[in-house]
Amino acid sequence: MALFELTRASIGYNGTPVLHEITLQIEAGERVAFVGPSGAGKSTLLSTLFAQQRERAALVPQEYALVKNLSVFHNVYMGRLHRHSSAYNLLNLMHPLAREIEAVRPVVSKLGLEELLGKPVGELSGGQQQRTAVGRALFQGGEVLLGDEPVSSVDPLQSRRVLEAINAAFPTVVLAMHDVGLALDFTDRLIGLKGGRVEFDRPTQGLRAADLDAFYHPA
Amino acid sequence: MTHSATYKTSLAFLASAILLLFFADLGVSTLHPWAELGRMALGAITPNFLSIDILLHALAMTVGFAFGGVALGAGVGFCLAMVFHLRIVRVGCAFVRAIHELFWALIFLQVLGLNPLTGLMAIAVPYAGTFAKVYAEILEEADHSPMRALPAGTPLLSAFFFARLPQSWSHLRAYTGYRLECGLRSSAVLGFVGLPTLGYHLESYFQVGDYSQVAALLFLFYVLIATLRVWMRPRLMPLYAIASAVLLYGPINTSWANVTRFFTREVVPAPLRGAPLGDAATWHALGHWAGDLATRQALPGAINTVVLTQIALVATGVLTLLWFPLISRHFLGRPGRLAGHVLLVVSRSTPEYILAYVFLQLWGPSMLPAIVALALHNGAIIGHLIGRYSNGIDLRPDAPRGLNRYGYEVLPRVYPQFLAFLFYRWEVIMRETGILGILGVRTLGFYVDSAIAEIRIDRMMYLILLTALLNIGIDAFSRNLRARLRLTTTAKVE
Repeated sequence: MALFELTRASIGYNGTPVLHEITLQIEAGERVAFVGPSGAGKSTLLSTLFAQQRERAALVPQEYALVKNLSVFHNVYMGRLHRHSSAYNLLNLMHPLAREIEAVRPVVSKLGLEELLGKPVGELSGGQQQRTAVGRALFQGGEVLLGDEPVSSVDPLQSRRVLEAINAAFPTVVLAMHDVGLALDFTDRLIGLKGGRVEFDRPTQGLRAADLDAFYHPA
Repeated sequence: MTHSATYKTSLAFLASAILLLFFADLGVSTLHPWAELGRMALGAITPNFLSIDILLHALAMTVGFAFGGVALGAGVGFCLAMVFHLRIVRVGCAFVRAIHELFWALIFLQVLGLNPLTGLMAIAVPYAGTFAKVYAEILEEADHSPMRALPAGTPLLSAFFFARLPQSWSHLRAYTGYRLECGLRSSAVLGFVGLPTLGYHLESYFQVGDYSQVAALLFLFYVLIATLRVWMRPRLMPLYAIASAVLLYGPINTSWANVTRFFTREVVPAPLRGAPLGDAATWHALGHWAGDLATRQALPGAINTVVLTQIALVATGVLTLLWFPLISRHFLGRPGRLAGHVLLVVSRSTPEYILAYVFLQLWGPSMLPAIVALALHNGAIIGHLIGRYSNGIDLRPDAPRGLNRYGYEVLPRVYPQFLAFLFYRWEVIMRETGILGILGVRTLGFYVDSAIAEIRIDRMMYLILLTALLNIGIDAFSRNLRARLRLTTTAKVE
């Protein structure tokens, strides 16, 4: 039984189709990247998959979905709200508990955010905010991570650290990526989307960025 | 050339108000209005603070009722905001806030008697209805995406407190603070129906013509409102809560027999009380009762309420357009704007009811004092908002000056905001118009007050119900008009 499975699925918003007859399977343990020009349907496909495994998946949404006036600590902690009672969560909201700070610390230090733990997220740069959103997903943990351009605002060096952390924490990873180089380095299966259809679906092994030129810039 | 819809609407309102002026009673019935004004002016410049202990106690009671009532209303309103998507809650809230707090006070006086609970409930009930609506709107405006990114199985309460509340917190706090200022005005006015707040003392000083005491009391009230930001700190809230409770604590002399009697007997139309329901004479008497109520009180009261509301609305609009330049950097320098601010702060801090009371002493009971009072108070509120809005507009360096600048550069830019605020205020003006009747202007409040004097509680209740329906109607009409003219504002002015 595949973790994710779509058979001739067409999905649209308000009657306008975005995805056309998509058929694909993703098994547990795979690392997959969706690539393709903007508007190809990557985000829609990712949220369709998220709806399939709501219970098991952690999500890094494209727009981060952070609470701007809460601190980095609280935003990351939100990944585990489901593990505690509301009373405990409220206590930790009003007065950050030492044991939760210690639990969050290794996650944020992996992402280079340790110094910013107490800062409201609204005061951070775009890249720092995006790393906080990744931090929340890492802290939540689980079997699958679904990331919609999770490093689009992070600088190249940090990007690699973030993707390494993601790969180390989750057995299954599905990402929407526009940076083909990073996709080749950190995933083992590439699915090319264009105009809401699957254009290609192949292993990354032996693939070079130049091989995809024809996909991005058709003659 | 065709004119815009806003222009045509404005002209229609202006024309209707001028037409209605011919039907309105604007007479001055006092014998020496100018001499009286002179004595008031003299009092204003010779405030008497000698009996400071009485003044401070009146002020403390005003704050106590305001704080207690607003806190209770905010608490209940917050809970109702959680279920505001339910139709029954929305309708119920619209209904309770359509009845003015002074009318609520009159109702609770009948049910509970004259005791602290009456004052608290009179503020808390209508405020809860307003808080529920505005809190729900503020919470709805928050970004919903953090909610969707939460792990599956997050407890609802945790989700709310982490993903929703922090985003709205500052808006909720600002709005609650603003309503506390409104609550101070409401609490002051409750004194006019017998509660021991500012209005009570004001009325007794007025009756003996002691205008120096009046001035002292009002000055202290302005200082209280002007310094609200200084003393109303979140940290001090528990202190104020305890202080209010201690201050207001008193015997609650409510008897259950009274409460029961109110609901089972007094609100029942008089002809039906204990009468045989099978008897045709009973129903004939009821028909007579209803017809009498409709033609002698409800109809004339409603007509006068609408006439006064429309004139006061247009007068408010005209005054706003004259006043907002007083605090606008496009028209005045710093000293001029400071003077403008003082004028607007005093006008908007004085409740309409107190302004109307003062002008009524001068001119006697007609629509004139009510129109002037409503225009001064509401014109100052909207003038303040529009003036501030105009300060956010940047003009080109070579923009014309004076009247040309007003007509060509500033007015066209602020006009949609101005109309939106004015139409928001429409329902507030109508609600106030209703209660000004208690002072003797023949709006619905006048007939409510007479019904109480005659101990005809059934009539009182149906007339108050009618004011609520009128207010709900005008609110719906205003919303419709704003939608049609595409008028929106960002600020909340309830």
